[in-house]
Amino acid sequence: MEQHQETHAVGAKTFIANWIALLALTGLTIGAAELQMGKWSMLANLLIASAKASLVLWFFMHLKYESRLFKLLLLVPIVTITIIIGFTFLDIWYR
Amino acid sequence: MNETTHTHERSIDYTGAKLGMWLFLFTEILLFGGMFLVYSVYREVNTADFHEAAKEMSLVLGAVNTAVLLTSSLTMALSISAIKRGEKVRSLLFQAATVVLGLVFLVNKYFEWSDHIRLGFYPNSPELLAMSHGKILYFGLYYVMTGIHGVHVLIGAGVICGTFILTKLGKISSNDFIKLENTGLFWHLVDVIWIYLFPLFYLIK
Repeated sequence: MEQHQETHAVGAKTFIANWIALLALTGLTIGAAELQMGKWSMLANLLIASAKASLVLWFFMHLKYESRLFKLLLLVPIVTITIIIGFTFLDIWYR
Repeated sequence: MNETTHTHERSIDYTGAKLGMWLFLFTEILLFGGMFLVYSVYREVNTADFHEAAKEMSLVLGAVNTAVLLTSSLTMALSISAIKRGEKVRSLLFQAATVVLGLVFLVNKYFEWSDHIRLGFYPNSPELLAMSHGKILYFGLYYVMTGIHGVHVLIGAGVICGTFILTKLGKISSNDFIKLENTGLFWHLVDVIWIYLFPLFYLIK
């Protein structure tokens, strides 16, 4: 009667651990910026931001417990944006 | 027989409702993606100006707001696992905490914006127009991107007020929590967008 397969109640511990990791990565990203390494700081910050976004998507947004369909579909906007931004930069850098 | 059909229908509905929500979130990602494209191109072209303009940002306010939003995501996630276990009061408390944290975020944003406006950094202000092209672009993007993000926080907090009432009325329960779960998905996505906005506007050194 109930949605048994979907009733995956993730434990509070997982969420709290995830939250601590997210706060730690926020500290790390501020540290990376303070090092003032110009382009490298920006790259580090974008990688850390993506790691944080992945943690939110994977645990908070339950993607870990979803079917493969959901995981694959997420690639659609990610690939789209990567192509749009990537190709725009190819134009800016090599025109 | 009748009951089996019913159960079957509901479990399909559940996946469908979540899939619909994710598709909507993809359109949100593309909405912000377009703005990230504009940001990255202008920053590439006006690197020095963007660094100069970012000095006007308060790292403390930005960092505090990041922590506030991450914490609100935690309370949102906890409210969903509480309702799945049938712990209604706990879920209500966590939903209320999420709304409060969302409002704290917006109050911080208000202080931040009013500081900038007082200093004359607002679209079309004489002070701003006298500055370099890149600085004008930086503040334009700052207001548009954090502004649209702020509207999302406001809408999210409003929707959570709605789920709070529905939970209280028993319309959201351990038997039927898709509305709360989809609201959570929206709230977390708004958090994900902020995770990118924070380094892009506050951490340019």
